[in-house]
Amino acid sequence: MTHHLLEICYLIGSVTFIIGMKMMGNAKTARRGNLIGAAGMIIAIIGTIFLHENRVENIDGVPTEVPVSATVYGLIFGAIGLGTVIGWMTAKKVQMTKMPELVSMFNGMGGACAALIGLMEYEQNRNQTGALIAIIAGMVIGSVSFSGSIIAYLKLNGTMNKPIRLPAYNIINTIVMIGVIGFAGWMVYASPAGHVMLYALFAVALVYGILFTVPIGGADMPVVISLLNSFTGLAAAFGGFLYDNYVMLTGGILVGSAGTLLTLEMCKAMNRPLSNVIFGAFGGGGAAAGTGPDVKGSIKDVGVSDLAVMMNYSKKVVIVPGYGLAVAQAQHVIHELEMLLEERGVEVKYAIHPVAGRMPGHMNVLLAESNVAYEKLVEMDDINPEFDQTDVVLVVGANDVVNPAAKSDPASPIYGMPILEVDRAKHIVVNKRSMSAGYAGIDNLLFYDQKCSMFFGDAKKALTELVAELKTMD
Amino acid sequence: METILNFIDAHKEMIYFVILSIFVGVEVIGGVPTVLHTPLMSGANAIHGVVIVGAIHVMLNVNPDNILALILGSLAVLLGTLNVVGGFVVTDRMLEMFKKKK
Repeated sequence: MTHHLLEICYLIGSVTFIIGMKMMGNAKTARRGNLIGAAGMIIAIIGTIFLHENRVENIDGVPTEVPVSATVYGLIFGAIGLGTVIGWMTAKKVQMTKMPELVSMFNGMGGACAALIGLMEYEQNRNQTGALIAIIAGMVIGSVSFSGSIIAYLKLNGTMNKPIRLPAYNIINTIVMIGVIGFAGWMVYASPAGHVMLYALFAVALVYGILFTVPIGGADMPVVISLLNSFTGLAAAFGGFLYDNYVMLTGGILVGSAGTLLTLEMCKAMNRPLSNVIFGAFGGGGAAAGTGPDVKGSIKDVGVSDLAVMMNYSKKVVIVPGYGLAVAQAQHVIHELEMLLEERGVEVKYAIHPVAGRMPGHMNVLLAESNVAYEKLVEMDDINPEFDQTDVVLVVGANDVVNPAAKSDPASPIYGMPILEVDRAKHIVVNKRSMSAGYAGIDNLLFYDQKCSMFFGDAKKALTELVAELKTMD
Repeated sequence: METILNFIDAHKEMIYFVILSIFVGVEVIGGVPTVLHTPLMSGANAIHGVVIVGAIHVMLNVNPDNILALILGSLAVLLGTLNVVGGFVVTDRMLEMFKKKK
């Protein structure tokens, strides 16, 4: 009886995952979709705790139920309680700009969970090839996802700024990858007793996760997180194989396939094949950077009062927000600027590049946080034709997404990436902290454009000054 | 060869299930506007937290005298919970912001 109830819990869980994900694909239903998924998850978890029957075959081969000790229940509830409090607090407190790295961190936790399951289940399933494959695969993928996510986390929060490249890292990584797969295969084949080899495999998989992520530049981290996300999904699915558990299978495979597709879509938005992201590894100034024709000119500076005048007498202003805006926490000031200009009859819009920020849609979330109207955020394909009629484009903390080299310079590493064609506007003003290159680590020819002036300074500080200056003009 | 065929035959429901789930996953994501990619990724991240079900499974089967197993198992449940709770809450926070404007 309880067994059937548990299966029903799992069925409900599986269906809510599918419906929830589907609803999250639409802005109107997204929030409810997420909650539906969460509800299904709670049902699956509670069902497992209370309805799971622990059957062990006794000496005569008859399955008998083994009661679960109070210690075990205590530990389960303790761990869930602690995890809920920590998870809840962290997720509630985190600043919206730090959200991508948090997602990466949570993803790593899931991976680690899958890896630990593998470590624990190995011994008693050593003699069943099918189960062993699921255990080893889940453990290896979970470990790679764990260590990879931690590196992605460190890169996004700036602790690990520069991509680290061993000489011939592609070859080393490939060898290590083949090594891990070979080792895993051997584990399934030989199934050695004891835990030494198992822990060795665990360690090697962790190392591979690090090697895999370390050479990839910060700008490509969203793609990597999305990929690792689908890895963890896959690891969860292998857990589903092991336990013949359908909710783990549905959840895992759903995330695995949806995550893979999402990864490819992100790559498409940057116009780079996935292999290029993983093996090409530019970003942060490597061998690929600094190429291209050296047609630099001089850079023009613009002061805050001149800029205020320029914007005040414009008809149409387009703001291009980038990650620099997010870092400086300038999303509220920019909204203030927008309202001030609108009051004076200037039409203001935001041009959102598909990969603006650190994740697709990241910019939209940040601007929505500061109450910018949804309709003012215009996607790349819709805004590009409008630049011809734009008087001033204000680029705040964005760089690579407005670099004309993506269109004109086949030698550039970002060649082919669709960009916001800001050079079609009458004036371009770029707010940057310094002349340093963008995340892709390449110089931006836009800054040397005749129509372009630089407005140096921290985005928040500079924009606050601009707003103050505008207020004095009437 | 024989073993492979036997394996497929013995697990054909599972294989159907996996293939159909892959299609469901692809279908569910198809045509989603870029704006929603981040919340969707975050939501998917929460959903693979279902791996916690496996961790609870392990714990329920653990021998209470095996201290190492108890520690590892509790850690697995803890990490899984972080993934699930953190994942859903952070996704909700992101989506809340979209809602406010509508």
